[in-house]
Amino acid sequence: MTVTDILLLALGAVAAGSALRVVTTTHIVRAGLWLVVALGAMAACYLVLTAELVAWVQVLIYVGAVVVLLLFATMLTRAPIGPSPELDRARFPAALIGLGSGGGLAALFIFGYRWGKAELAAPGTAGVLGKEIFSGWVLPFEVLSILLLAALVGAIVVSRGERS
Amino acid sequence: MHPVIPYVIAAVLFGIGVYGVLVRRNAVLVLMAVELMLNAVNLVLVTADVTLRQYTGQTFALFVIVLAAAEIGVGLALVLQLYRLRRSIVTDDVAVDYDVAVDNPVDNSVDNAADREAAR
Repeated sequence: MTVTDILLLALGAVAAGSALRVVTTTHIVRAGLWLVVALGAMAACYLVLTAELVAWVQVLIYVGAVVVLLLFATMLTRAPIGPSPELDRARFPAALIGLGSGGGLAALFIFGYRWGKAELAAPGTAGVLGKEIFSGWVLPFEVLSILLLAALVGAIVVSRGERS
Repeated sequence: MHPVIPYVIAAVLFGIGVYGVLVRRNAVLVLMAVELMLNAVNLVLVTADVTLRQYTGQTFALFVIVLAAAEIGVGLALVLQLYRLRRSIVTDDVAVDYDVAVDNPVDNSVDNAADREAAR
């Protein structure tokens, strides 16, 4: 057990705990705030795994943009401030499927990797990743920018509604 | 470090996300659970980079983050449109073959929800 392992275990416990609160809390706004904790813990995991750029992009885009959008949506749909009953369907089948898929994947990873060791690579800084993207993944990058534009236009068209 | 630790964390988060998507009635909460699942996938990609000693996984993680941003934009636009039509975003109430225009006519001349309420 190295320091990296202990840090990852602690951050993973924080992420899993707050993720559980996201899917079980009865306050809609609190679910969004717990999501910030979960995503922040994941960003810290990326930092420990030396994925520096991914961690900061995660903080900027997820915590900065996606969660703010989600909180805006809860406000625009007039979410109640207090606890709201009837937020959940029957828990048992969902818990079964969630446990099954999560446990199955975990078993697969444990079977595949055992207690094997790996040395941390050199940090994935913006320079390294920029070189990687613009040498090997230029076309996907450009396609992604077109997709982002299409999603933007689509969101505007959908939220404008139909005009007669 | 032992790569199995972050992999198992990712599997646990994915399971929690699946549970959330299946159990929540509120469409915004469903989208939050989807974000958890996407993050679990990112953690797998980043960890794979450490074990394989290259940077392809981190590149893909960045792509997935951009896709998640696009998805959340379109998803929330759809949720808000649903709210404007139904005054509720409970996914159980959405029948696939339900004709909104017949049962619940919306006055298109007033496009703001608040204005529409005032007009009633």
